[in-house]
Amino acid sequence: MNDSVNVTAVADDGARKKDVKRKMRGIKRSAFAFPYLALSVIFVIVPLFIMLYYAFTDSVTGAFTFDNFKRFTDGWSASLILGKSLLAALVTTVICFLLAYPLALALSSTALNKKFVLVMLFILPMWINSLLRTYAIKIVLSILNVPETGFAIWIRVIMGMVYDFFPFMLLPLYSVLSGMDRSLTEASQDLGASPVQTLFKVTLPLSVPGIVSGVLMVFMPTVSTFAISDILGNTDTYMFGNIINQWFNSSSGWNIGSAYSFILLILIAVTVLIANLITKGKTETGGIL
Amino acid sequence: MNKNVKTGVVWSFVALMLVFMYLPIIILIVFSFTDARALGVWSGFSVELYVDLFNNAQVMTALGNSLILAFVAAMLATLLGTAAAVGIFHMRKWKKHTANFVANITMENAEIVTGVAFMIFFLVVRLPNGWITLIIAHTMITVPYVILSVMPRLSQLNPNLYEAGLDLGASPMRSMFTVIVPQLIPGMISGFIMAFTLSLDDFIVSKFINGNVSTIPIYLYNALAKKGVDPTLRALSAVLFVAVLAVLIAMNIVSAKRRKKQLVL
Repeated sequence: MNDSVNVTAVADDGARKKDVKRKMRGIKRSAFAFPYLALSVIFVIVPLFIMLYYAFTDSVTGAFTFDNFKRFTDGWSASLILGKSLLAALVTTVICFLLAYPLALALSSTALNKKFVLVMLFILPMWINSLLRTYAIKIVLSILNVPETGFAIWIRVIMGMVYDFFPFMLLPLYSVLSGMDRSLTEASQDLGASPVQTLFKVTLPLSVPGIVSGVLMVFMPTVSTFAISDILGNTDTYMFGNIINQWFNSSSGWNIGSAYSFILLILIAVTVLIANLITKGKTETGGIL
Repeated sequence: MNKNVKTGVVWSFVALMLVFMYLPIIILIVFSFTDARALGVWSGFSVELYVDLFNNAQVMTALGNSLILAFVAAMLATLLGTAAAVGIFHMRKWKKHTANFVANITMENAEIVTGVAFMIFFLVVRLPNGWITLIIAHTMITVPYVILSVMPRLSQLNPNLYEAGLDLGASPMRSMFTVIVPQLIPGMISGFIMAFTLSLDDFIVSKFINGNVSTIPIYLYNALAKKGVDPTLRALSAVLFVAVLAVLIAMNIVSAKRRKKQLVL
């Protein structure tokens, strides 16, 4: 903040006074954040602690208990659904990545780098309500006659998820690839690497921040979604979000629902933490934020 | 590979992906012009679904509610978020980290967890679900996005301007409102638009705290989750698709003309 070089004692004293003054003003300016932060404590942080309290108390007696968490492993039904959700999220994320990465490469390649409208067209659906996009997929599925039974139900749900979350994978990948220094890939090719080698040894490692934020924006949202299964699937394709939603729909299920929400919260915190470790805090958020 | 062949391959891949992306939307719009009850059945051209839609009082009420809620929440979020951005920008070290962490909670958290946490909280403080709870929740979840749009403007500002205001005798408040705020207006506008859109879009958080206030996404969810979907939904979806796309494309074209090659949203 204070860049002044201390030449003489007088100048030093003056600079310090100025610094003190500036600090006082700085404190005043940071106070502008107070209303929002105070409201956040009341409406965001306190509710999470109340949820935590619910998670550890009995719905009838209100006594402290671990039973709500025990239900998670009892009979394994909830943990099985969490497992299924994680698997479905993994499949969705991988498909999104395999489609989005080549597309991001193509959009940022010299062949059509300047086609800003094209990039815009791919990003726009992100701003259309996900329920509407899911409904559009439902119509496509009924035209294609994809049945609502057996394994096909998973195809329906995964298709809906890929379609819904695809732009969220594409955007961070595109912004990291289009911002990449082209001379690096040129250098790699000048040094004799084949295009495939360049892709795997130069481009891919350099796009890690984009990949990480793409995965973050697809993986956990898939685990916690409930609308897609409600619209395209059935109880077999319930995601972890459906279970939480279900418990909160019955007035006696809030304590168990809170416990499950808490598990989801921990999972999200862990994935964000891992993401930060991989990228050392430099995730590519792209233009949407 | 021949350069032209390569360009051709790239183009056809991009075109194919574009078809995947927009075909479902186009099909939906096409099927909104037929009045068959079942999905994916064409029973001749008809605008009956649109007539039904505009005569549907529930939809019209939900639409009005959605717009009012989005406007009020986005206004509040813009005020709080701009002030918060100024504050956080001038924080140092742990204070800044803590403030950023707090602002990140609702963005990183699963919406369903945010929603149920609000629901439990409003029950505990005995605030009945409805307009007030919706406005509080929508404001709180959209403020972080306003902060994110205002913050880049702040870092472009000349840091001496505020001080100059103070040196010339303005109070901190006055210096803030007459010197800093006018320069933040572009960031505030895009923050407002983002908050407005996010509020219009939200149904996960709203679903738990809406009481008997219906919004468009809540209406959609309730209608879609029921099997044997009401066919007027096709007309409603088509209208919403076209409206959103038209607004976004117009906004991007305007901004592309002004600042070259920058996506607004």
